[in-house]
Amino acid sequence: MKPFIHVALATATALCAGGIEARAAWEPVRPVEFIVPAGTGGGADQMARTIQGIVTKHNLMKQPLVVINKAGGAGGEGFLDVKASSGNPHKIVITLSNLFTTPLATGIPFNWKDLTPVAMLALDEFVLWVNAEKPYTNVKEYVDAIKKAPTGTLKMGGTGSKQEDQIITVAIEKAIATKFTYIPYKGGGEVAVQLVGNHVDSTVNNPIEAVAQWRGGKLRPLCVFDAQPMAYSEPIAEGKSWKDIPTCKSQGLEMEYLMLRGIFMSPRASKDQVEYYIELFKKVRATPEWQDFMKSGAFNTTFLTGPDYAKWVEAEEKRHEALMKDAGFLAPAN
Amino acid sequence: MEELANLFHGFAVALQPYNMMLMLVGIMLGVIIGVLPGLGGANGVAILLPLTFSMPPTSAIIMLSCIYWGALFGGAITSILFNIPGEPWSVATTFDGYPMAQQGKPGEALTAAFTSSFVGALFAVVMITLVAPLVAGFALRFGPAEKFAVYFLAFCSFVGLSKEPPFKTIAAMMIGFALAAVGLDSITGQLRLTFGVTELLNGFDFLIAVIGLFGIGEILLTMEEGLSFRGGQARINLRVVLQTWKELPAYWITSLRSCLIGCWMGITPAGATPASFMSYGIAKRLAKRGGNFGNGEIEGVIAPETAAHAAGTSALLPMLSLGVPGSPTAAVLLGGLLIWGLQPGPMLFVEQKEFVWGLIASMYLGNLAGLLVVLTCVPIFAAILRVPFSIIAPLILVLCAIGAYSVHNSTFDVMLMLVFGVLGYLLKKCNYPLAPLVLAIVLGDKAEEAFRQSLLGSQGSLGVFFSNGLVSSIMVLGLVALFWSAIAEGYSRLRTAVA
Amino acid sequence: MTAHGSDGGPTHKAVERGTALLIAVFGLIVIVGSLKAGINWGAEGPRAGFFPFYVGVSIVAASAINLWNALRDHDDRLFAEWGQLRQVMSVVVPTAIYVGSMPFVGLYVASIVFIGWFMRWLGGYRWLTVFAVALGMPIVTYLVFERWFLVPLPKGPVEEWLGL
Repeated sequence: MKPFIHVALATATALCAGGIEARAAWEPVRPVEFIVPAGTGGGADQMARTIQGIVTKHNLMKQPLVVINKAGGAGGEGFLDVKASSGNPHKIVITLSNLFTTPLATGIPFNWKDLTPVAMLALDEFVLWVNAEKPYTNVKEYVDAIKKAPTGTLKMGGTGSKQEDQIITVAIEKAIATKFTYIPYKGGGEVAVQLVGNHVDSTVNNPIEAVAQWRGGKLRPLCVFDAQPMAYSEPIAEGKSWKDIPTCKSQGLEMEYLMLRGIFMSPRASKDQVEYYIELFKKVRATPEWQDFMKSGAFNTTFLTGPDYAKWVEAEEKRHEALMKDAGFLAPAN
Repeated sequence: MEELANLFHGFAVALQPYNMMLMLVGIMLGVIIGVLPGLGGANGVAILLPLTFSMPPTSAIIMLSCIYWGALFGGAITSILFNIPGEPWSVATTFDGYPMAQQGKPGEALTAAFTSSFVGALFAVVMITLVAPLVAGFALRFGPAEKFAVYFLAFCSFVGLSKEPPFKTIAAMMIGFALAAVGLDSITGQLRLTFGVTELLNGFDFLIAVIGLFGIGEILLTMEEGLSFRGGQARINLRVVLQTWKELPAYWITSLRSCLIGCWMGITPAGATPASFMSYGIAKRLAKRGGNFGNGEIEGVIAPETAAHAAGTSALLPMLSLGVPGSPTAAVLLGGLLIWGLQPGPMLFVEQKEFVWGLIASMYLGNLAGLLVVLTCVPIFAAILRVPFSIIAPLILVLCAIGAYSVHNSTFDVMLMLVFGVLGYLLKKCNYPLAPLVLAIVLGDKAEEAFRQSLLGSQGSLGVFFSNGLVSSIMVLGLVALFWSAIAEGYSRLRTAVA
Repeated sequence: MTAHGSDGGPTHKAVERGTALLIAVFGLIVIVGSLKAGINWGAEGPRAGFFPFYVGVSIVAASAINLWNALRDHDDRLFAEWGQLRQVMSVVVPTAIYVGSMPFVGLYVASIVFIGWFMRWLGGYRWLTVFAVALGMPIVTYLVFERWFLVPLPKGPVEEWLGL
């Protein structure tokens, strides 16, 4: 786990609050709605409900934390709802990459700058998976096999359309100058099973979605789309651990992609309010349940708040815009 | 044999007093969740999931799965009493269950529904116990083309023959397909038919349409005919349960067929809702009194309820063994497994024996407990119909509004519900069938998605739907079901010609 | 959908024609929306509007046939009597007001007024019974949904003031 350096925010708050001196720290006075811009059972939903469980079990909040799914329009419904609740500090939202991809692909009137950034909780990794029955055991053999097959006959399965999985697929296509047929499915678990059943040829599932099939000897990971290998060295299957999966870059597949699992809150939130939630999530992160959850999904546990977080999100937005423009995924209206 | 030993061990786990208590609590909560429209099994389990974090995983899954059984039982109650399906899979139960209640037989309808549910679930659990690994492998053979074929079959076996004018049936069905298409197109990730209205981003939820068309529409029809529910003379004692039980064995063929349909649809996994429609459609075609379906035939309650419960139960098998949820509720349970640190998949049956067999044992016990709980409540449920209409009607309307709201937490949906209500009244009076409309909303976008996924994979070739033995035989079955009346007529003509 | 020549209410055929027209208009909206989304067969199979377009066309075609059948219908039976329709409207109108006011006053206040109105004016119950049910139901709802299942329902200024 990386140590987080930026605890200077508390001091900054103190300076800002200089005018109104004896102001008590803000606390929720009503139940807090925790919006999930995705369906029940997905990765974001699991994380939100884990947080809810941790908060309840360890009594971290005086008011209940209520998880609400607003999945309509690839999550657009959830974001628009939070955007419309300006000045309501009792509403937070967990984001995934659809924070960028949904407005770009559908043209709904929303941008992350409409919300107040709170904290980055973790980053979700992406791994290139193939069926274990296939002969190729590393990226090079895989790439060779793709290049040999007629263009478009190899199928890549992924979650959703014009979202992270397809963006990575397009990037792979560019990196090795080939063409896949991308087939979108509803959920990551379904994608992994379609790979087991040989209905698609490869996937870019998150670790948590495919780990069970890896352990069962049905799937094989080829590489991870991160700058360095994952941190978890406990063996998972065939004596290999998450850490033993090489990065795609080191295997000649030039692509890095991490998915944001971060928290935002409604527009026009005060410093006190943001600070309250940052403290809350720091406490959540310190619990053993959270650490178990991180381990089970092989998450990258980078934690960012304040300006660093905003800067990260801004850079990511630019990158998504560029990637999606390249792929021709932008909504016609843009 | 090893399975049996494991199962007995599982019973020992499930029979611990703490787990037994959780089982009962789960059933009660589930029934409440099933009764309240909108607060479906998936939502209910999701809402209660965090409460189970402090329990051991086996106890937690026992409680949550019992909520699921409870919701499966509970969905039938409002369908039969008020024509309001509490859950999507109990829509088909309204077709004959509600007429039965109106004829003063709510107790019989409820008993038949609950008992059939139990039979369906029991059949599915026995199947899970005996042939789990074998069956799980079967689900792997289902790619997009096979899934489309299954939806096609479900659809064909339900539509085809109906008493309403054919063009009205087509119009109603197409309205359903159009409504299902609104929102995000999952294949291109593009919005369609929303006309820039943000409220339409979600599309039209099936439950809102059903609450409106069936529930509100029915209240409006009742108002037109004067202020009364016609089920007031219902017998309300427990004897009705025993009397109904005497009748049920006569329908064993329908039950068995529905069990098989349910298990098959649960494993593939297409889900409980298509299973219930398909089973109803096939029973209507094959039953002796099929012509009278829709007017309060007890067989019309048995068929969908058995299939829905069998499908709902067997949907847990692909979830446990593959990590593919066979229903929305199973999807939430799957999330729960991951949070408790259990990985569903091929290794679960090997590494977590206590958990898996504890769960399977709790399926037997939970369903039995559920049956006892709901059957003892039959007189209470039936007595609700004695509450005067001018008290019960506003309460139902308020409950419908809450249900419509809690689907997406949107007041826009509540207004939609009323629009659907007025539409339901109008369409019903003008002799448009509502069932094909509803089925089209349920299956429309799923079928379209599977169809387009298949074409993506085959690069646009329609041959993919006849590319292997499995998919071709399902497609042929579907076509047979669609043209059943023509085939049956041809067959009888042939017979007379030969004779 | 007005009544022509009948004393008791709108005729069935008039309503039938109106309904067929209404559905046809819906079909046209679907067609327009599909055209916007693109109806041709793209490189990756059918585009987003492909299926909805033909669904829309079928709706319009089926409605045209239904309308034609309704126009040939010379049966003068009534759709419903005015008195019956008034009964129906006595539920539709208050429900519409109930539903329409929900975003502003919240679900609880609206429900109390709605249940109270229904029981008092349509049922003619004593005020005591009316109050018991009209207040009891929202309170039970509050406990079950907000406290027990943690499902927030729409709230208005009164709940804000009560601090719920």
